[in-house]
Amino acid sequence: MSEEALSDSRPSVYPPIRKDREALRPRPNLFDYESECAAFSWDKARALLDGLPDGQGLNIAYEAVDRHASGAKGDKAALRWLGKAGERRDITYRELSEETSRFANALKCLGVEPGERVYVMMGRLPELYIAMLGALKAGCVASPLFSAFGPEPIAVRMQLGDGRVLVTTPRLYKRKVAGIRDQVPGLAHVLLVGEGEVEGDGLHRWDRTVEAASPQFTIRPTDPEDMALLHFTSGTTGRPKGAIHVHQAVVAHHVTGRYALDLHEDDVFWCTADPGWVTGTSYGIIAPLTNGVTSIVAEAEFDAETWFDILEQEKVSVWYTAPTAIRMMMRIGTDVAKGRDLSALRFMASVGEPLNPEAVVWGQEAFGMPFHDNWWQTETGGIMIANYAALDIRPGSMGRPMPGIEAAIVRKLDSGDVEVIDEPMVEGELALRRGWPSMMRGYLHEEERYRKSFAGDWYLTGDLAQRDSDGYFWFVGRADDVIKSAGHLIGPFEVESALIEHPAVAEAAVIGKPDPTLGEMVKAFVTLRPGHEASEAMRRELIGHARKKLGAAVAPKEIDFRENLPKTRSGKIMRRLLKARELGLPEGDISTLESDEK
Amino acid sequence: MTKDEIRKLAIDILGGIAPEADFDMLEDDEELREALDLDSMDFLNFITGLHKATGADIPEADYAQLSSLQDVVAYLTAKTA
Repeated sequence: MSEEALSDSRPSVYPPIRKDREALRPRPNLFDYESECAAFSWDKARALLDGLPDGQGLNIAYEAVDRHASGAKGDKAALRWLGKAGERRDITYRELSEETSRFANALKCLGVEPGERVYVMMGRLPELYIAMLGALKAGCVASPLFSAFGPEPIAVRMQLGDGRVLVTTPRLYKRKVAGIRDQVPGLAHVLLVGEGEVEGDGLHRWDRTVEAASPQFTIRPTDPEDMALLHFTSGTTGRPKGAIHVHQAVVAHHVTGRYALDLHEDDVFWCTADPGWVTGTSYGIIAPLTNGVTSIVAEAEFDAETWFDILEQEKVSVWYTAPTAIRMMMRIGTDVAKGRDLSALRFMASVGEPLNPEAVVWGQEAFGMPFHDNWWQTETGGIMIANYAALDIRPGSMGRPMPGIEAAIVRKLDSGDVEVIDEPMVEGELALRRGWPSMMRGYLHEEERYRKSFAGDWYLTGDLAQRDSDGYFWFVGRADDVIKSAGHLIGPFEVESALIEHPAVAEAAVIGKPDPTLGEMVKAFVTLRPGHEASEAMRRELIGHARKKLGAAVAPKEIDFRENLPKTRSGKIMRRLLKARELGLPEGDISTLESDEK
Repeated sequence: MTKDEIRKLAIDILGGIAPEADFDMLEDDEELREALDLDSMDFLNFITGLHKATGADIPEADYAQLSSLQDVVAYLTAKTA
């Protein structure tokens, strides 16, 4: 690509990072982008997988585990678990197959039927992986919940998904679930992993229920369109949405692992995302296993030193992480990386929110290679747009669409249809042509919201972006008020609802305030009922209230008090205006403003 | 600063970040992030608060040495001695 060709690209102080693809070892799976895209078909991608024996369909857990367990990879480490206290435990593909079969048998013994939802909420313990994959084997729907959620988000998500089984720890159960048990009457069984005595209905100890079960289990015929995973995500309004993914999604998990993460079978791969979110499932569980690599699971929360230790000691070769972590590591500086032997590392990728060009380039300085940003969402199930090992990187860009994925920038028309904007670098909504295997098949019980996320053949992502003349996409912002904090979507409505439940609060509006490390942090503006005074004690009271209900990951970090919030004539709070003012940006169109902030 | 002063300071800062926590129940050797449900941002705010209140320089590389109340007291006692 010539320099002239970049004239329609976003002006950037960061020049493209050139790749010498011939010199890369191993040879990148996606070596020649254009020819690979031209030759690609989802049928061919499907043929990379085995399918259930005797043409019985397609099951994620079979592709991830069982097909390797019975073959040459049986004794290979599938998961390498690094415990908080310094434990290091390898689980081979054969062991993982047996453990997941035990779990599937345990579900059967409990009378859990295929199609029923099995929720998993715990830290990154081996049992989490066993339960997710075991549930898939049993034909159940696996739904991960982030363990930093508070009781309220947990209750809402379990109600929405009709949770029948929950796998968690005694500690999390006591702190977050026991108090909401009456709100989830459909929850029949709770499997408790680890030590600790808990009282309650339908409680079972993992060691007695799962470890006692048979390690032999035959996966029943699985239709590729059977529901497999339920991932929750947030919109601006209303309750969270449960995005449905089917077993066929594994075709996309697998091939995106090959192309976007460049997984080769000898890799030691580390996806740092928590399986409570979609990245930690698609790429923390499924894609590395279908590709037969060894996947690192680190139980401890982020700590920069510890992470460098893991990269070095475990000889991680492919690393998939997130902007917040990269930016935290940048604060330590490049010297820490330089004093280490990171010679095994060959490819680094990032997802969750746009990776700022400084961080892409910092990869070069600290690790001798750039971070490869990529883009996708809960609804897309897998990576859609990416920077690839063999392609030049434009720092700050999310890259180019995966083979098999057609992405476009569109503009909404009054008719409700959309039109594709072909002109380069014009802002519009990022849209994907429907039909890839890991596309969500619905929002559970929310047909109308699902329908609204499409216009004709296009899935509308809710992200605003631009495409340059060479086909690289650039993120601009969200089309709605959803907050993106540390890579996770947070619905302002969910936070506002919890605040309003406090007797002192009259109104609340929640925005994402830009933060150099988190991307955005949750900030609330609150008006108080008569008889309540704004004070530090009140601030603490409300933060504490929100944390108890919502958990640390969702609760606001900052609360400002106001006498009035800006509202439209219909009484809708104008979050956008609060945000513009918070940032000192132009207020934009305020013609609908009826009652202003005080 | 004395050990008691540091302990009190740490609890006061944590009280602003996780006001819902019951600090009487917090054991000195408990991991703060887990016991108080602190996420990475909360933990950073805690360190920033300690730095502002004591003037002690706390480089990122030392964060792992500040995981429990007793760690914090030991670390800052040495730093502010």
